[in-house]
Amino acid sequence: MIELALVLTIPLATALVLALWGHRACAALINAGGGLLTLVAAGALTCRVINEGNLTLFSDQFYVDPLNVFLIALTALVGFTTALFSQPYMRVEHDEGKLSGGRLRLYHSMFQLFMAAMLVALSTNNLGILWVSMEAATLTTVLLVALYRTPESLEAAWKYFILCGVGIAQALFGTILLYFAAERVLGHAGGALLWTNLSVVRASLEPTILSLAFVFLLVGYGTKTGLVPLHSWLPDAHAEGPTPVSAVLSGLLLNVALYAIIRCKVLVDGALGTHFAGNLMMGFGLLTVVVSAFYLSRQRDIKRLFGYSSIEHMGLITFAFGMGGPVASFAGLLHMTVHSLTKSAIFFAVGHAAQMAGTKVIEDIRGLIKRSPTIGWGLMLGTLAILGMPPFGVFTSEFMILTTAIKHYPWATPLLLAALGVAFAAMFGKVQEMAFGEPTVKPLAHNPALLPVFIHLGLVLMLGLWIPPYLADWYRQAAQLVGQG
Amino acid sequence: MTETAILPIPLSGQLINLCAALMLLLGFAMLAQRRILTLINLFMLQGGALFASTVIAAHSTGQHHLYWSAAITLLLKVIGLPWILHRLIRRLSVKWDVETLLNIPTTMLIGIVLVVISFNVAQPISQLSGTIMRATIGIALACTLLSFLMMITRSKAVPQVIAFLAMENSLFFAATSATYGMPMVVELGIALDVLVGMVILGVFFFQIREQFDSLDIRQMEKIKEE
Amino acid sequence: MNLHALFAQLLELLLALLLAPVLVGWINQCRAWLQNRSAPPLLQPWYTLNKLFRKEVRLADNASSLFRAAPYIVFSCMALAAAVVPTLSTELIFSPAADAIALVGLFSLARVFIALAGMDVGTAFGTMGSRREMLIGFLAEPALLMVFFTASLISRSTSLATIVQTLAHSEFVIYPSLAFAGIAFVMVLLAENARVPVDNPSTHLELTMIHEAMILEYSGRHLALFEWASSLKLFAYSCLGIALFFPFGIPESSGFLALFTAGGTMLLKLIGGGFGLALIETLSAKMRVFRAPEYLGTAFLFAVLAMLVHLLLETGA
Repeated sequence: MIELALVLTIPLATALVLALWGHRACAALINAGGGLLTLVAAGALTCRVINEGNLTLFSDQFYVDPLNVFLIALTALVGFTTALFSQPYMRVEHDEGKLSGGRLRLYHSMFQLFMAAMLVALSTNNLGILWVSMEAATLTTVLLVALYRTPESLEAAWKYFILCGVGIAQALFGTILLYFAAERVLGHAGGALLWTNLSVVRASLEPTILSLAFVFLLVGYGTKTGLVPLHSWLPDAHAEGPTPVSAVLSGLLLNVALYAIIRCKVLVDGALGTHFAGNLMMGFGLLTVVVSAFYLSRQRDIKRLFGYSSIEHMGLITFAFGMGGPVASFAGLLHMTVHSLTKSAIFFAVGHAAQMAGTKVIEDIRGLIKRSPTIGWGLMLGTLAILGMPPFGVFTSEFMILTTAIKHYPWATPLLLAALGVAFAAMFGKVQEMAFGEPTVKPLAHNPALLPVFIHLGLVLMLGLWIPPYLADWYRQAAQLVGQG
Repeated sequence: MTETAILPIPLSGQLINLCAALMLLLGFAMLAQRRILTLINLFMLQGGALFASTVIAAHSTGQHHLYWSAAITLLLKVIGLPWILHRLIRRLSVKWDVETLLNIPTTMLIGIVLVVISFNVAQPISQLSGTIMRATIGIALACTLLSFLMMITRSKAVPQVIAFLAMENSLFFAATSATYGMPMVVELGIALDVLVGMVILGVFFFQIREQFDSLDIRQMEKIKEE
Repeated sequence: MNLHALFAQLLELLLALLLAPVLVGWINQCRAWLQNRSAPPLLQPWYTLNKLFRKEVRLADNASSLFRAAPYIVFSCMALAAAVVPTLSTELIFSPAADAIALVGLFSLARVFIALAGMDVGTAFGTMGSRREMLIGFLAEPALLMVFFTASLISRSTSLATIVQTLAHSEFVIYPSLAFAGIAFVMVLLAENARVPVDNPSTHLELTMIHEAMILEYSGRHLALFEWASSLKLFAYSCLGIALFFPFGIPESSGFLALFTAGGTMLLKLIGGGFGLALIETLSAKMRVFRAPEYLGTAFLFAVLAMLVHLLLETGA
């Protein structure tokens, strides 16, 4: 109980503190400290759930099970490392005069508020609150994306707000329909939006309403996940916001939106007893993978490039969960983890690389390895990892997804393989040119924060070689829950 | 010829139906409106219709939490947001006509098609619902889609935001008509989100105008797909 | 019984013929007051008619017999229309003939003749007026039909008498669809009777006129008949509006007392309706002719919405 309270209140408290002193020099440290405390609390919560099983807290309003506790731990971890990374990154931006003290204060407090909103979204038992906190997360990130106040960033933030606003309104309609279906079974006072109650009675929910609700929910939260054709906000927001924000958007927010879809899918599967939800997700996922892979080769902006890569991976994960079954769900969860870790690591490296080059245009960034071997190799290794090269964890999960697809949906395999191939060719070529070649970049004034990059890549490497037994066990439980448990 | 084929709908239900029809009417009026100030007033009226229907529903069903949700509607959507919008318009001095990307008759025709679609979609849901407002779900969905259409067809920032808020209105209405409203916590949360979102957008308007010298979204073509 | 119906029918026709110009006079008076002008007398349209009837008829050299017949045809169409709409009672001898679709047909018959007459002499203005009249009629008719269909769906009959009976005498029910239909009907009424947003009946401004352009070549009693017919048309539309949207107080029987009270309420409603019409005309500005299709499109849209709303809300699940 106390652990969850801490997980939720620490970011909020930190946000409050930073709202007051966020422009001071110590703000970045406070930010990182808050992240560390949240991580510790999340770790304790995880241990508690592993030892004692599922928890429902605060008069059933919060619920922690293997599925969300693993995302909570991941969110806390990436939040902490991003806070670490943003310390030198933001200092450079401040020194270069791109950001004033007030903006830094806004950045720091909004960052923590964003963390809080996501943690609430993950741990809440109430699907209505889930919607509310998703919307809150959107609002905070709108401010973060527009942090630089340049025409481009304002445009990206506006697009982000309008598209996600529309999307999330669809999700609200879906939630209303879900509540409507549940209220017929559970009654008005029966906490009909509580997931624990819903999952108990899911078999008796009205199938027609639930299938309609799922369509709205998938479109709504799918917009936030970046599924094609509602993806166009994502590359803009990733490219124009500050790099730490790109890292958490890619690494965390997309996961949370996907988490919402998965929760709803479990209910819908229970009510329908068919593969309707899964088919929809597979369709959207496959479309996303294919379309984004072809967009990749046309990108000239390095952050947009990796933004599209995130879309691609989200499509892959959606496809995996759509296939269902223990193996695919296991792979999906694993892929969520490794993608978060790898993509945020890449964005850390990209952030520094763009600062060294003073531009985000790929053609103007050359010779990273010569000027700063750590940044260059970090970017290179991260890219290899995200492209699914063998020793890394992404390979494991993609391999599992592909083998399941070959087994159950052979028609999808060539499409997936082709898309992955195209993505590989597009990204590897671009990143290789940036890492090697004649240097056009100049060294950084401050020491870059590369610890987070290598922590993340190390974890991904470990997950590729050896998944610790308790972690595997934990994934299996969660996969059981998701995949027609 | 039978004398009457009308089901015995109670008076409160009829009044709610009237409010629902009004909301739909206002939805179309907003879609057809060319002037920004009138648009805000129409939005206010729509909030008023929502408020009225919620109060009637609360009164006739004895669902007391609906009074709260009606109060939120009144404070936020009839008084608060239109006031903020009026102030914004005055400060930004944008009283000019709204420009649309499609001509209005075409938009209206698409609107009719949307209404037909949403009535069809809502039919099975309405049949399952037990509230006195069940028939209005289709209208709520239609209003949502109409605001959606308005959002797509407008090229200025302020009308887009009004469309966004109108969409929120319709969703509230959907919630009230299908299930007598969501749980209180959720409704409060939604209201808070809308308010905060509005404030953020208000700040945005100024910055957009500063950067682009206009509130025309079509000016925003800095980011291009390569 | 039948005698009563006959009496009621005759009374209604007589009332229509007498009151129609007075209604126009009343609207003109209201408009004058609302616009801070000194008002013409209430019976001014009658004075005008009187004057015109005394005047000599001048015909163009190339006028055909159609040109001479048109005023009588149009006048009798409108008189029939005004007689058919149940205002005093639903028990009239014409009740079985009072079909909503037939009524629309009657109006369009009159329209065809007036348009042909406008083109007969071959002046530029007449042709232009006919063209515009047909455009507006072409757009207004479907909207009017949709309004009637909505009312017919409610009462399951296209007979005006049945519609009025259902609406007036079943227990009080709010029909949201009728609100939409009412708006559409008012819009059609304004367009069809050449009132302000579409046409201005009180000017002969070349560029904007529609109705006046067609009857520019008429004089004497022919012109008087046209003027009378157009006031009858307005009267018929007003009564139709009353019958569809405010039917309370229209009795089912044709007893003397019932007719007397019905006449009183009808008069009151017409006074109110006329004032409302004058208010709308004062508040709105004349549209450009090119906007008329959009305006009537909106009316059609409202009528369609009325039908959809009726199907959704009022038929029940």
